[in-house]
Amino acid sequence: MTATAPWQRSAREIATAVRAGRLAPAEVAEAGFAGPGARWEREVHAVLAADVSARAVAAAAAPRDRSLAGVPVLVKDNLCTVDHPTTCGSRILEGWRSPYDATVVRRLREAGAVLVGKGNMDEFAMGSSTEFSAYGPTRNPHDLTRVPGGSSGGPAAAVAYGLVPIALGSDTGGSVRQPAAFCGVYGLKPTYGRLSRYGLVAFGSSLDQVGVFARHVGDVAAVYEALAGPDPFDASSRCGAPPDVRDWTAGVRGLRFGWPENLWREGVDGAIVAALERAASSLERAGAIRVPFEFLPGRYAVATYYLLATAEASSNLARFDGVRYGLRHRAADLGELYSGTRGRGFGPEVRRRILLGTYALSSGYHDQYYGKASAARTRIAAEYRAAFGHGDFMLLPATPTLPFRLGEKTGDPLAMYLSDVFTLGANLAGIPGLSVPMGLEPGGLPVGVQLLGPADSEPVLLRAARAIEMDGEPARIASAEEREPAWPGSR
Amino acid sequence: MAIDRAEAARIAALAKLELAEDELDAVAVQLSAVLEFVAQLDELGLEPGEATVLAPSGAPLRTDEPDGRTLAPGQATAGAPEAEDGFFLVPPVVENLEP
Amino acid sequence: MAWEPVIGLECHVQLRTRTKMFCGCPVAFGSEPNTNVCPVCLGLPGALPRTNAAAVAHALRLGAALGCRLREHSVFARKNYFYPDMPKNYQVSQYDRPLCEGGALSVTVEGAARAVRLTRIHLEEDAGKSFHPERHGDRRLSRVDFNRAGVPLLELVTEPVLRSPEECALFLSALRRLVRWLGLSDGDMEKGQLRCDANVSLRTPGTARLGTKTEIKNLNSIKAVERGLRAEIARQAVLLDAGERVVQATLLYDADQDRLAVMRTKEQAHDYRYFPDPDLPVLEADEAARTHALASLPELPWAREARFRDALGLPAYDAAVLTESRELSEYFEASAPPAHAKLASNWVMNEVLRVLKERSWDVGDWAVRVPAARFADFLGRVAARELPGPVAKQVFSWLPDESGPVSEILARHGVVVASGDDELRPLVRAVMDEQPAAVAQLLAGEEKPFGFLVGQAMKKSGGQAVPEVLRRLLREELAARSPRP
Repeated sequence: MTATAPWQRSAREIATAVRAGRLAPAEVAEAGFAGPGARWEREVHAVLAADVSARAVAAAAAPRDRSLAGVPVLVKDNLCTVDHPTTCGSRILEGWRSPYDATVVRRLREAGAVLVGKGNMDEFAMGSSTEFSAYGPTRNPHDLTRVPGGSSGGPAAAVAYGLVPIALGSDTGGSVRQPAAFCGVYGLKPTYGRLSRYGLVAFGSSLDQVGVFARHVGDVAAVYEALAGPDPFDASSRCGAPPDVRDWTAGVRGLRFGWPENLWREGVDGAIVAALERAASSLERAGAIRVPFEFLPGRYAVATYYLLATAEASSNLARFDGVRYGLRHRAADLGELYSGTRGRGFGPEVRRRILLGTYALSSGYHDQYYGKASAARTRIAAEYRAAFGHGDFMLLPATPTLPFRLGEKTGDPLAMYLSDVFTLGANLAGIPGLSVPMGLEPGGLPVGVQLLGPADSEPVLLRAARAIEMDGEPARIASAEEREPAWPGSR
Repeated sequence: MAIDRAEAARIAALAKLELAEDELDAVAVQLSAVLEFVAQLDELGLEPGEATVLAPSGAPLRTDEPDGRTLAPGQATAGAPEAEDGFFLVPPVVENLEP
Repeated sequence: MAWEPVIGLECHVQLRTRTKMFCGCPVAFGSEPNTNVCPVCLGLPGALPRTNAAAVAHALRLGAALGCRLREHSVFARKNYFYPDMPKNYQVSQYDRPLCEGGALSVTVEGAARAVRLTRIHLEEDAGKSFHPERHGDRRLSRVDFNRAGVPLLELVTEPVLRSPEECALFLSALRRLVRWLGLSDGDMEKGQLRCDANVSLRTPGTARLGTKTEIKNLNSIKAVERGLRAEIARQAVLLDAGERVVQATLLYDADQDRLAVMRTKEQAHDYRYFPDPDLPVLEADEAARTHALASLPELPWAREARFRDALGLPAYDAAVLTESRELSEYFEASAPPAHAKLASNWVMNEVLRVLKERSWDVGDWAVRVPAARFADFLGRVAARELPGPVAKQVFSWLPDESGPVSEILARHGVVVASGDDELRPLVRAVMDEQPAAVAQLLAGEEKPFGFLVGQAMKKSGGQAVPEVLRRLLREELAARSPRP
């Protein structure tokens, strides 16, 4: 089905049209918010802030001759932007205006993209469902009673229902790949250090990476190309040229992919297992070779992650204290100002994780928790490196389940954490991962699978995803006009 | 239970987080459950160590030159909860807290 | 009961770099509050640190100068605690892998050189400044300024090898001299460029076990360090003499009241939860950098001091004063005429330093007006006895305010110096003719009239004669008139 309305086109199509003078950036920027987009947004709530005059200014300022000319983009609300507030989904930063743009935001603008708003998220990126946003949850466009995943639920959903063709999220333990799978779009977590973290509000500094959402593999490649590269303002960014992804259509003939079947023998939804098989067959038809092998169970990664990420977070979030910016709880006593501000400004999940991280680092427990987790991380990273001896990349689930219902896991933190069992490892190892949508299962819910590769293997992952894209029928959310009239809000 | 109410209160004080009375118990239970889960790391039989350092070395250090990112006058306190004459204002700074 | 004090010092040196430790904000002082800040040093969400290469180079040089082991791989760690002058509520510092370890600073105690052993030196960032609470309407509030937040600091820790408050004062003076010598810092304690906390305990002399120590903070001058330590040693001695225990605590010294107050006890001590900062790579100091740090060192102050004593033959006191600053020692050496080091030393120590003090100049201000070569010319003439005492002082006073070579100055002021035998012998003879009685006394063996005759000859010369020459001529004339047996 050909997409004709601007908001249904791919980023590359839009950019080509803008460069040729056939489309105006302002027109494209508004298109997503008008008509069906407005109706979707009322139900889905992917957007936290979208200022019409700010995006008009951005559209007017956008260079018309670059790779992403005129392409509208939504960025997760933990990326600093000068023209929209940055709240990280939290009350503690309600209305806060950053005086600077994150480096990736700056590079998007330099590439011609138009920032149209900020995406909803779990507070401070801590969550797997976007239910922990202080501003209300985002709903899955495919089923409004279900979660879009998290923590980058807003950007994922916005791409899924067509507000924008591309969006930026952040992935610390799966927060791009998991919502991508739940929403039926592509979601890339780059190699650690390949996209600058300057201006990404830190959660787990050694794990965080800015990630890319799109409906087409080529769009993921285009955004990666525009953003990747060392940043002198981020000392953790990798120096040297980033991997070249321009050959993303080169195919997978002769490449080997690891098939760690032991990971989904139990505890993974049948629809996802079926999708894995379909993906594997697509790859084999394209000339890749499947290599079964046994891999380390993910529970060690979950344990390691929830000690290291929370430890780093407990330190990163200390700056939110009511002194220099954000919410302040007025008090006559300094201690009360701190505790009152943070106790009121942070939601329960953030508070839980800060406490856990503080405990893991505290005197008397440091070695047992933080120390052991650090050693475990080294081991897990080594396991991944060894795994890529079996193949140039690996195919595995992105999530153990299909999108769950709102409220289903919010009462059980551990259950929520375990939904990241297949994604956390990549963050611990610093390797790239790409969620690939595999269509809708019989109930209408999106099913996704995940590709993982060694550091700097983004080109391979994109080529593999392309092979699957060309062979299969990836999910594409139908426009409001295309769906049955039973959709709430139509007519 | 690994973390009891008193311990939860101690950690909350360290983290400068005010928790409601009823929350303390719930938090203690939840944290204990997580700690019990993470205890399985012991199965790997590892000694406490250092994680592989992901931040790459090899990049040159920053040269000692101004970089033009200093905020304009007034910008720093523009969004401050309380400020006056260019200073941030806070409740009395008691020396007891100073390191 | 005589107790032996065991003291260790923890010093912070504020570095004189152009920009801050982890961001490109300028290091400037006296600016309007919160105008020298950026997202990084203000601790804004999303900001990240970037290490200042010059600060690292300074740290390596100080480590090399003190004979430390320089680590090839050192780690920045986060020290976590909440305080209003802390923009991130953690300080980026170094914990278990600091840049420099070991080493020692040479201190002269009662004429003997002592090597005060160090534990470590590491890099960290300074905090902002919070001020005493003030009335704001019906509330009391403190102001906070983050201009200083992020300025580079070197933390230097000594082993507990200092044994008296006086030794500590000497150590700090030596450290101050060294950091100024190397151009790392101005080391002014009153401006907070050099700070000192002290750890002190007492033990029975001759034993090895350490007693319970207390920490003293807020020592804002070398005098305060001495006084604060004296007060705490006295306090601990009283406790121990009474058979009581010293409780581990952190104390604040109040210089105005000369009093100590307990700040916090061990139970209230901070749990800093140190862990390696994930935003910063391992700090690498490769072979080339470490070698360069050592090779780039100038002659160090204690070496120059020793050389002035041993090679130039100066008294210990002179050598110490002249090497108080690198600029002064270099000026001295460049202007001292060969074989007249002591003369030059006297002039520099007594006269030049006096002028510096009077005019609030530093050595550079003097040297720009009286370059070493010019001063050397002046000193050379003094050494050659061309400028007698009072004349020399007069000429010296003209030097900083008038330009041109010394000869021009002398001519301009009509300073004529009579030093030639042909000029002066007639005067001496004339005086001897005028004072036959005095001459007779001298020829008879008395010494008293000698000075009188010299004075008369000086008067006849209009004060221009060189006294030594007059004296010699007088002796010669007397010898010539001596009755021969």
